[in-house]
Amino acid sequence: MLDIRLYMLQRLSALFMGPFVLIHIAVMIYAIQGGLSTGEILGRTQGSVTWFLFYAMFVIAVSVHSAIGLRVIVHEFLGLKGFALSTLTWTICVVLLFMGGRAVTAVTML
Amino acid sequence: MSDSVKLMDVAIWRGDATGGAYEHFEVPAQESQTILDVVSWIQQNQDANLTYRYACRVGMCGSCAMMVNETPRWTCRTHVKKVLDGNKLTVAPLRNLPVIKDLATDMDPFFDKWVEAEGVHHPSKTRDDAIELIDPKSSARVEASTGIECINCSICYAACDTVAGNTDYLGPAALQRSWTLYNDARDADKQGILDAVSGTGGCHNCHSQGSCAVHCPNDLNPMKAIAGLKRATAMSFLKNGR
Amino acid sequence: MKKTHRGHPLWFAYALHRASGLGLAVFLPFHFYILSMALTQPERLDYFLHFAENPLVKVAEFGLVFGLAIHMFGGLRLLAMEWLPWSDNQKTLAAAALAVSFLISVTFFLKAI
Repeated sequence: MLDIRLYMLQRLSALFMGPFVLIHIAVMIYAIQGGLSTGEILGRTQGSVTWFLFYAMFVIAVSVHSAIGLRVIVHEFLGLKGFALSTLTWTICVVLLFMGGRAVTAVTML
Repeated sequence: MSDSVKLMDVAIWRGDATGGAYEHFEVPAQESQTILDVVSWIQQNQDANLTYRYACRVGMCGSCAMMVNETPRWTCRTHVKKVLDGNKLTVAPLRNLPVIKDLATDMDPFFDKWVEAEGVHHPSKTRDDAIELIDPKSSARVEASTGIECINCSICYAACDTVAGNTDYLGPAALQRSWTLYNDARDADKQGILDAVSGTGGCHNCHSQGSCAVHCPNDLNPMKAIAGLKRATAMSFLKNGR
Repeated sequence: MKKTHRGHPLWFAYALHRASGLGLAVFLPFHFYILSMALTQPERLDYFLHFAENPLVKVAEFGLVFGLAIHMFGGLRLLAMEWLPWSDNQKTLAAAALAVSFLISVTFFLKAI
């Protein structure tokens, strides 16, 4: 159920996210050592413009990428199409953007 | 009772577009026997109502393609000994195509998509022009030639899970044909081909499962052709927006 | 090995890619929700992070990291296949993606326990 525009959006968001994923995994491998606490997380991210931008862009890219990916799965496995399929795609994107945005502000806001 | 003639338990799908079920037949095993031999034996000796297709019976026409033990195969080129499971065998009509009756499917959707994928030659010259010289070693011609042995047997179409899940998807064979024409120096409408494979049923739906390449009896690689179409459409999109 | 239209290496690569993508998409809302507690309910987040010390949770986290890595490296293989000139070693690349993902997630697990 992908035409060329959705395909390009999917592939480009994927390419864009590559470095973000690698950095995120690396940071997690570093941060998980010795356990994790809220204070530890916030101590690193709170008030940081860099982390805000990093995770904000990550959230935007993953929201678009997930919505399109789920669109394909829902179409191929559940047969959903047309208006219902597009509505679901947009809903997923918006929900992830909203929830992700909340998470990003929660860990970077002063 | 002689022990030397082995009897096989062959399950054949019987039915039509409204539905059906497997029917079991006992078929004597022979030393050298193909699935087509088995199906023909059943129709000639057990049930004259069994419907199936074949033509050349030597692996050139693709008409005899069916699902054998859930794998799409040319039945005339599949030795029973290679696929027999104990003494059991299952034969069913090709997947992903509407059934007409028993083992014969309606090939119309397959051919309609062939046309929809713009796998038709767009002439650039007339009969009054000189014949265009094509270098057989040019990379584009070599690439085109790797896909032209397709005989439209529909095995790749039956093997593909994306075809099963997405009714609009044009399928590996049709897209491979488009790629051969895209690489043909004589074709005058490359953009038309790219447009035709960029819609909601186009090449971008391929998930590169590769079942098409694994099962093609002619050892063709539609997955590779579709990757080529993706490359060409992506470049065109980034350059021209379509 | 008996060939069915499903049981071959590149089909497994597709299945893993789809399963990991689905898993990640389902996981994300929970991940975002829990992180957002850092602002509104930091004690609850701390409680959750403490609960996450449980070794079973560490195994689950290993699964998550593995899923993320396999989805990304598998995706990079697809991007290379589609946008770079064709190479015939797709099965090798798929195996390499699997191996690298496993290595990374095991590294995470060893640091986490």
